[in-house]
Amino acid sequence: MTAENNRRAWMSLLAKAPADRLLALWQEHGVAPAFHWLRAPEIGATMVRGRLGGTGAPFNLGEMTLTRCALQLESGEVGHGYVQGRDKQKAEIAALVDALMQGPEAEAVETAILTPLGDELAKAKTVRAEKAAATKVDFFTMVRGED
Amino acid sequence: MYVAVKGGERAIDNAHAWLAEERRGDLNVAELSVVQIREQLSLAVNRVMAEGSLYDPDLAALAIKQARGDMIEAIFLIRAYRTTLPRFGASAPVETADMACDRRISATFKDAPGGQVLGPTFDYTHRLLDFALAAEGETPVVERGEARTEATPHITEFLNKEGLIQTEVSSEETPGDLTREPLELPANRPLRLQALTRGDEGFVLSMAYSTQRGYARNHAFVGELRIGKVAVEMEIPELGFAIEIGEIELTECETVNQFQGSKTEPPQFTRGYGLVFGQSERKSISMALVDRALRWQELGEDNLGAPAQDEEFVLYHSDNIQATGFLEHIKLPHYVDFQSELELIRKLRREAMENVAPVQEAAE
Repeated sequence: MTAENNRRAWMSLLAKAPADRLLALWQEHGVAPAFHWLRAPEIGATMVRGRLGGTGAPFNLGEMTLTRCALQLESGEVGHGYVQGRDKQKAEIAALVDALMQGPEAEAVETAILTPLGDELAKAKTVRAEKAAATKVDFFTMVRGED
Repeated sequence: MYVAVKGGERAIDNAHAWLAEERRGDLNVAELSVVQIREQLSLAVNRVMAEGSLYDPDLAALAIKQARGDMIEAIFLIRAYRTTLPRFGASAPVETADMACDRRISATFKDAPGGQVLGPTFDYTHRLLDFALAAEGETPVVERGEARTEATPHITEFLNKEGLIQTEVSSEETPGDLTREPLELPANRPLRLQALTRGDEGFVLSMAYSTQRGYARNHAFVGELRIGKVAVEMEIPELGFAIEIGEIELTECETVNQFQGSKTEPPQFTRGYGLVFGQSERKSISMALVDRALRWQELGEDNLGAPAQDEEFVLYHSDNIQATGFLEHIKLPHYVDFQSELELIRKLRREAMENVAPVQEAAE
């Protein structure tokens, strides 16, 4: 279960990461493991759903673009890439990272790619939350003059 | 009878080349890039994504550039593109309660937990043209406060705890999809919301406004309006578990509307709901008002004959691509159709003249 949760976490991070940052960190890490495609990158869409009133029955809100692929390293690990948008290279890197995270290089990949990506996303989120907080209304009641 | 007419090809090619030149405009002015549109005309991008029914800011920005800023043409381009995409599945319903809110306001509770957060809003601006933007200006330094780390609860949930508002009963039923099966009436609420969220902003706004002016008035309060990002989660069949496949910006509006009660149930507020891609506040409030008006039957209200209560009228006229397609087709060649009309009217006139003539003689 923990292994599954960990994998969910890194795949979710890879899906949301900005493509240019993922590419830069991947290139900096400088590994190029041999692999073959199980499913070459393909661009498609998924239907995003919402709920009536936020909590009720589901309804179809609209689609979003998505790119997916699957590959196998020569060492045997299978990696899946499911990333937002239409970027085949991003999907490929995501699948490679997913595969490497299941093998002996996991720690190195985590340090070089996942940790900085996670930190950057968390920082960007915090900055927005801080800006939002500065626009929070502080109500005060005017005290009228008499007595 | 249809007669094939050829000979327009050269004219069409030349027209399209000229269109491309006009799109580019004065060559002494720098060309607009797609990323500039995405970053600096983001509300236009949001509208194209919402009504194009495809969340992809880069594609929407490209469509706006290609359409020379004609929003409905841009939406048309996105709708056409989305039909070429294979569908990989459907997401789990997004959890708007977990939204990272840029903006969150309530018109009903001043001291709502989580507070009134204005976000990057046009509200309270004086709507005076800012000539500083015409010059190259610097952006102001944005103040920062203390980031809220916990989720912001939905305001209607507080009313719900007291039983003051009708409960939205959760289910996992697969909703109908009007992009896969033609919309049939009567439509259920999930289908109506799908049609409204991709409907034309102007149309949905006008319908909502008509309810405020008294055509099936439903006394809406904006219980809550929130804008921000939510994660999109999808089950991956080959993995056997769900992952987040991305993050999208949404605007959600929950209205608290006039209450009703019956002999068996005490009075309760009712709800209208709007959820739209991107920062789309006007559209999302409009959607909630029209959603509420269309619910008259299930809430046991009277049909007042108001346009906003008429499901057929609202749902069959809300889609601007259907509307513009049918409207604009009449400008395309109808030479043969018109030829037959011409012959008919000449014949009718001839007959009428022949009938009129003897009467005139008799009068003499």
